Amino acid sequence: MPEFLLLALAAGLGVALVSGPLGCFAVWRRMAYFGDTMAHSALLGVTLGLLLDININIAVAAGCLLIALLLVALQRGRQLATDTLLGILSHSTLALGLVAISVISPGRVNLMGYLFGDILSTTVVDVITIWVVGVLVLAALAYLWRPLLSITVHEDLAHVEGIPVTAVRTALMLLMALVIAIAMKVVGVLLITALLIIPAATARRLARTPEQMALLASAIGALAVVAGLSGSFYWDWPAGPAIVLGTTAVFVLSLLKKQTQ
Amino acid sequence: MSHPTVLLQARQLSVIRGNRTLVDRADLTVHAGEIVTLIGPNGAGKTTLVRALLGLMSYNSGNLTQLPNLRIGYMPQKLHIDPSLPLTVKRFLALGGGKPAAINDALTRTGAAHLLEQHLQALSGGETQRVLLARALLRNPQLLVLDEPVQGVDVAGQAALYALINELRHELGCGVLLISHDLHLVMANTDTVVCLNGHICCHGHPAQVTADPAYLELFGHRAEAQIALYTHHHDHAHDECGELHQHHHDKSEPPHA
Repeated sequence: MPEFLLLALAAGLGVALVSGPLGCFAVWRRMAYFGDTMAHSALLGVTLGLLLDININIAVAAGCLLIALLLVALQRGRQLATDTLLGILSHSTLALGLVAISVISPGRVNLMGYLFGDILSTTVVDVITIWVVGVLVLAALAYLWRPLLSITVHEDLAHVEGIPVTAVRTALMLLMALVIAIAMKVVGVLLITALLIIPAATARRLARTPEQMALLASAIGALAVVAGLSGSFYWDWPAGPAIVLGTTAVFVLSLLKKQTQ
Repeated sequence: MSHPTVLLQARQLSVIRGNRTLVDRADLTVHAGEIVTLIGPNGAGKTTLVRALLGLMSYNSGNLTQLPNLRIGYMPQKLHIDPSLPLTVKRFLALGGGKPAAINDALTRTGAAHLLEQHLQALSGGETQRVLLARALLRNPQLLVLDEPVQGVDVAGQAALYALINELRHELGCGVLLISHDLHLVMANTDTVVCLNGHICCHGHPAQVTADPAYLELFGHRAEAQIALYTHHHDHAHDECGELHQHHHDKSEPPHA
């Protein structure tokens, strides 16, 4: 196997492993559109990183988190429905990111790479970054697993039972921002949500406990990465979209199975 | 118990959001071993007041005291769990911190032991309420806060659930704060009724509240007739009987049922 493919595989598997359990929370908490909004704002983070000459991954994570916190603050106003607010933020940040990038470095940045992923140009440093962040996020998820499930089941009940709901919810956003930052290399900002949502939704049909669902989602994501990279290698498909199509294929296959409770 | 412990006491509590006063200077006290029922029409601020009492939302004025380290068992009005989350009753109860033996005991006590391995989304309204009550019991509560506990339960099931709540308060010696818009069945075992419509219209023993003009204005005379059927269940009187307070409706907006 050529080295670039090996690096791509390592990067893709690292992202798939961590996006499985996190994607389950996105599905359980109905945060699909929320994840999309955070991902779209990643481009602003890229711009910021280029402008200030800091690590792009850190800048992206910071940008996503900032947007998430802004959204939470706006939600308190309660004048507009959440999906309307998300629609405004999601597309405004994406547009702003596109304009800002073209202004600060016209023609210098590989825009398509940021939008749809550039996994075949993965470097060793990328792989290390992905695995270090991925393992950290997985460890945090394991540590916060019960409180996270509790606030997902019923926030008020969790609060009365003594769980610091706001802190746990903010932690979940931070983890999501970190995963978006590392997944951007693999599938790009426009397709990140697919990697979170589709494996988790597929796993639902096969799982009987939350933990089973999280593990299955990781496995399905990993399978899709292998399938997508194969498609890319043999038929020259764009790798990011091919990986997303891989998840879609597993999802469609899972529809054949009779739904368990 | 001549001087039962005060578990929770709100004085002149107001909750204001925007320019709307949702709860207006409400006084409310729950003692150990006592059932307090909060009634009022839709939009009267019942849930808002209880959320403020539980610390789920902030209040704007007044003060709130509770027994130090008060253990509260809370039963929310509804349980919205996304169908995508595979969760059994056992697991749901374990999330509240329950050990397996305690989970079995609590479910048995609420008559839902057979539901242990069921998925939450497959439960009926009545079954869900019993599971939620079991979770509240797992806290070993000094105070049970129940928000519309018989919602979605058929009439026979409602009576059984209220009887169970009454037994539990004697067994555990806990105070019970109950929200209800369903009057006649609650009344039978309630010690104190607090009638809320933004402000507290009247409060006291059920028999007296139902004769109160403010209450009749809010719920009409038909409600009185229904409750009369049940008042004979009371075989004892409480201190609160003599303390019927009435506030005048001097607001610009008249109360509406």
